[in-house]
Amino acid sequence: MIETTAAGGAASTTQAVGGPVAAHQVDMTAALGRSSLPNPITTASGCAGYGRDLAKFFGLDEIGAITTKTIMPYPRSGRATPRMAETPSGMLNSIGLQGSGIDAFVAHELPWLAQRGARTIVSIAGERVEEFAESAARLTGVPGVVGIEVNISCPNVADRGLVFACNPATSYDVIRAVREVADPALPVYAKLSPDVTSIVEIARACVEAGADGLSMINTLLGMEIDTTRLRPALAGVTGGLSGPAIRPVAVRCVYQVYAAMRAGVMPEVPILGMGGIRSGLDALQFLLAGASAVSVGTVIFNDPGAPVRILEELRDALATRGFWRLADAVGAAHR
Amino acid sequence: MANPLQVAAEVVSLQPAGAYHHLVLRAPGVAERVEPGHFVAVAIGGRDSATLLRRAFSIHRADEAAGTVEVVFAEHGKGTRELARVRPGDRLDVVAPLGTPFPVPSGPATALLVAGGYGSAPMFALAERILDQGGRVGFILGAATADRLYGVDQALALTPDVVVTTDDGSAGTRGLVTGPLAEAIAATGAQAVYSCGPMAMLRAVTEIATAHGARSWTAVEESMACGVGVCMTCVLPVVGNDGVSRFVRSCVDGPCFDGTKVRWSDVGTIPADVEGAAAMGVR
Ligand SMILES: Cc1cc2nc3c(=O)[nH]c(=O)nc-3n(C[C@H](O)[C@H](O)[C@H](O)COP(=O)(O)OP(=O)(O)OC[C@H]3O[C@@H](n4cnc5c(N)ncnc54)[C@H](O)[C@@H]3O)c2cc1C
Ligand SMILES: Cc1cc2nc3c(=O)[nH]c(=O)nc-3n(C[C@H](O)[C@H](O)[C@H](O)COP(=O)(O)O)c2cc1C
Ligand code: FES
Repeated sequence: MIETTAAGGAASTTQAVGGPVAAHQVDMTAALGRSSLPNPITTASGCAGYGRDLAKFFGLDEIGAITTKTIMPYPRSGRATPRMAETPSGMLNSIGLQGSGIDAFVAHELPWLAQRGARTIVSIAGERVEEFAESAARLTGVPGVVGIEVNISCPNVADRGLVFACNPATSYDVIRAVREVADPALPVYAKLSPDVTSIVEIARACVEAGADGLSMINTLLGMEIDTTRLRPALAGVTGGLSGPAIRPVAVRCVYQVYAAMRAGVMPEVPILGMGGIRSGLDALQFLLAGASAVSVGTVIFNDPGAPVRILEELRDALATRGFWRLADAVGAAHR
Repeated sequence: MANPLQVAAEVVSLQPAGAYHHLVLRAPGVAERVEPGHFVAVAIGGRDSATLLRRAFSIHRADEAAGTVEVVFAEHGKGTRELARVRPGDRLDVVAPLGTPFPVPSGPATALLVAGGYGSAPMFALAERILDQGGRVGFILGAATADRLYGVDQALALTPDVVVTTDDGSAGTRGLVTGPLAEAIAATGAQAVYSCGPMAMLRAVTEIATAHGARSWTAVEESMACGVGVCMTCVLPVVGNDGVSRFVRSCVDGPCFDGTKVRWSDVGTIPADVEGAAAMGVR
């Protein structure tokens, strides 16, 4: 196992040269392997619902894609309340994947999104490998869907509740099963957990299983204790930490995996970067680390217009640094 | 729910009001959209603030002509302490109006408005609406102590039918707001009881109102991360019109609910018959 932080491999390509570029001239197209998005901003799963409520703040077609809340094959109530606790520059959540199930989602939510011209990345999960495949198969030929994000950061019932994404073998099994049944036209992104010894090892297993891209990162497992009640603050005891507090961890994960790709340790696939992005410069950090597109999550709770604001800030940030094309900034910190 | 705006509101004034603060904000475009029961979500600190989550407050009043909205808040923790330090002229990033407001009877009706502490804040605008429809209102306002009552004068300006209770007897009758409720429903012939305050109070008010043949409308305060319907942190077990219980979002499907639809005793648990409970291993 090579866990490298060194930027080895390929020679540097186009770089920021010459003077600043006018912001409107920057080509914001996000190249994602065989597919592309008009711009690199997506919403992080679970932070935009199914889009309806965010559509009150901006046009869903203005951003590259909307990633929907993780959906399971069947209805799920989610956990008891309290489900959240605020933490410094972040929060903990233990929603527990509440949702009405894939059938209702395909019947009611996806057509609504398609009508608005939204490009939708559907996040799916299951407690068994077959459940992931079941949901993935249901998305074949559905208009407006531009990708499947496989949330392997939920516990595997068959494996004593261990999280799929904490083990290369179980990660491989899920991605393999999804890739086998999913619409060949749809890219499959594996969403990774940072709570692992070697994220490169998991990333490689996912790509070898057929993942077309990687989403990094999901929340970090955390806990808060209410010092008045002398009890855990969340009903679910532990929860997922998100927000600006986790950004350095997320940037590190993206950087390490991109470095491993450049070093030839694993095949090269596009990375969707996320974790604490609050501004255009935060998004730029992810691009420089190796992400081809980024997801905006928790900061939406603070600023519901954040996805479009961050898009504009990123455009300006690229322009002032002399980038004509967003693609030229991808991985630039490694050169 | 409302069609909310995100605006940089100007602080017009911040005044003490008993144990609370009364904040007036100039929020262009917001006031004309406000219905009684709507709330605002206020960001704490500037763009780089480490306090990420907005704080929710019921809208006390909205003045369309002045373009202002008002809230009454208690200092509770970090965010409200910071909010208590704003000065006139400061800017606050607010999202409003949010939530599903109280249903207002379409014709003349008699209603009792029951509130604990700052829970009375949204009740006066509601009372005015009911009076505008040719209806009648009565208030039962309670708090732990006299200084934690809010708006007794405002209630008296609208109706002589105001009952005050305090836990310690420092104002009005000693006891809880639910004490005089049954008698007040009988005396006024109220068809509807509106309430706002702690969960335990809303539950008790609903039980008494229902037992005495009145409808019960409650405004809940469930902790909210987003306030706009995207995060699913603020859910309550609520019975749908189809008889199926679901975890519904109190920020968009509430905060105003038909009290008889909320499963008060199950808040904080996963009832076995709530939709999707089986998938959580609850049977
Ligand atoms: C719809 C709605 C209307 C409200 N109306 C009013 C009002 O008119 N006046 C008023 O004084 N307060 C009102 N509250 C409660 C108010 O939101 C909290 O007192 C406030 O969020 C506390 O913030 P803090 O930073 O001081 O406390 P902290 O304890 O530091 O807050 C930490 C986190 O917990 C949440 N939280 C803490 N206490 C509460 C609470 N009681 N209810 C909900 N979330 C909480 C905060 O929003 C924050 O996310 C309302 C709450 C809701 C949901
Ligand atoms: C309230 C909440 C709910 C979430 N739900 C999901 C989910 O359903 N599926 C998923 O893959 N990630 C979920 N996440 C994780 C986010 O998609 C994202 O990976 C993480 O929060 C890091 O990004 P951020 O710091 O920008 O929020 C959730 C995060 C939050 C805060
Ligand atoms: S507070 Fe986010 S859904 Fe209600």
